[in-house]
Amino acid sequence: MDIKIQQLSKSYGLQKAVDDISFEVKPGEILGFLGPNGAGKTTTMKMITSYLELDQGDILIGGKSVKGGDLKKYIGYLPEHNPLYLDMPVLDYLAFCAALQGMDKAEIPNRIRQMVRQCGLDLEKHKFIRELSKGYRQRVGLAQAMIHDPEVLILDEPTTGLDPNQIVEIRELIKSLGKEKTVILSTHILPEVEATCDRILIINKGKIVADGTPDLLRKQAQGQQILQLRIEDGETNTIFQKLQDLATVALVDIVNPAENRFEIQSVLHESSNRAIFELCVQNNWILTEAIPFETKLEDIFRDLTMN
Amino acid sequence: MSPVGVIAKREVASYFDSLIAYIIIVAFLGFTGFFTWLYGSDIFMRKQADLAAFFGVARWTLFFFIPAITMRQLAEEKKTGTIELLLTKAISERQIILGKFLSCLIMVGLALLFTLPYYITLTQLGNVDHGAIISGYFGLVLMSAAYISIGLFASSITSNQIVAFLVALFISIFFQLLFDIMSSGASGFMAELFTTLSLSRHYDSIVRGVLDSKDIVYFVSLTLFWLMLAELNIRSRN
Repeated sequence: MDIKIQQLSKSYGLQKAVDDISFEVKPGEILGFLGPNGAGKTTTMKMITSYLELDQGDILIGGKSVKGGDLKKYIGYLPEHNPLYLDMPVLDYLAFCAALQGMDKAEIPNRIRQMVRQCGLDLEKHKFIRELSKGYRQRVGLAQAMIHDPEVLILDEPTTGLDPNQIVEIRELIKSLGKEKTVILSTHILPEVEATCDRILIINKGKIVADGTPDLLRKQAQGQQILQLRIEDGETNTIFQKLQDLATVALVDIVNPAENRFEIQSVLHESSNRAIFELCVQNNWILTEAIPFETKLEDIFRDLTMN
Repeated sequence: MSPVGVIAKREVASYFDSLIAYIIIVAFLGFTGFFTWLYGSDIFMRKQADLAAFFGVARWTLFFFIPAITMRQLAEEKKTGTIELLLTKAISERQIILGKFLSCLIMVGLALLFTLPYYITLTQLGNVDHGAIISGYFGLVLMSAAYISIGLFASSITSNQIVAFLVALFISIFFQLLFDIMSSGASGFMAELFTTLSLSRHYDSIVRGVLDSKDIVYFVSLTLFWLMLAELNIRSRN
């Protein structure tokens, strides 16, 4: 089932939490929802799960509006702070959630066994939820979201509180689920989006500021090529002068004169790699370092969300 | 199982897991037993084979105990955020409220069930008017339903259990006592209105063994009224 969000708006009093956003997510796609605190990520997710009412616009899941109300059984939702009934044992809790989602009684035990295995809860399944550590509680939260095999998964910060090994496991789990289902996950952790998501949506102050694959976003933000160089066996000023004279180089900066370190900015859409190498060969200089400076997702994020 | 049943089952299980169920039942039996058999105008004092003493004390015991049962129902869900979990499942606000209502009614029903030995003992003591006793229990159940719905409403307006408890008592005391007092102070239409609203008047007439449809309509509509308010409150996500 695909999700279509059309001109969606929501305000809390005078503050606009979500301001006229539209996007689509297709089955088999994992959408990473990024944004600073208070950008409207959670509000949007709560509206998709029909916990909050929409002010304006519409959300269509599989072509049907969430305003109708009976779409909840197709959605698996992990809320932001992962609320759980701490006084219940893990297995009872999963059975309770499965029953609430209207699952066939005969299927429930099998499905619970499967979820327990998938989420790595085997050793903890007989404990009360209050006895579990944060990471295991997070797994229980994920298990309850997926228990009824929903078409749509909405995960609000699914990997908070997990240790690095668990994060990798959960990412793999989400990725494998994402092959058939429609997944939206929000996160603050940028490497996570790169590792898990097919597409990134950055929102700031209730508006969408970027939408695309991680590669595309990086290309858009990159613009000019930046290289860090170290050239030995030459005199700093001569090297500086000759680098400056290259046609593809826009700007040269001496980073450290004692070690002959330079930072080179190329002309837009041009690369200076070959020209620099040939220059060094001609002058018998030794090029010991050439580090391309990549625009990180962090920088894109900062550029787009800071004014 | 229907979603209402699923919710009710979890709530009842949780009462027993957290010992609240045992405390409530034991305290209820202690209070009512003491005043029915041992102290004050108990059965031996009255020298009549009826349970009027029990119905008198049970009315007040439940008045205090029911808010204690209902106070956590929605307030705790709101505090811990689990209400979000429930509301995003394939279940409506009404089903949640009804499930919780049912679980409280089961709790009270269990407590009342344990007073059955009173009735059995009584049959050994003299000629018992069985009809009056059945209708007395019926009255207790109806009254409990009304107070549970008030308690659920109180629990739906706050995320603090103590506030929920006090608000429930505050609303209930009007039906339990104050409307009755106000009706004797007022005259004409107001007196009639307060008399109609007073829960104790309706309860007393049922306990006396008179099953009037007016009284039943009163309890049912009172219950539905507060349940509806609770549902509206949850619907508005307050």
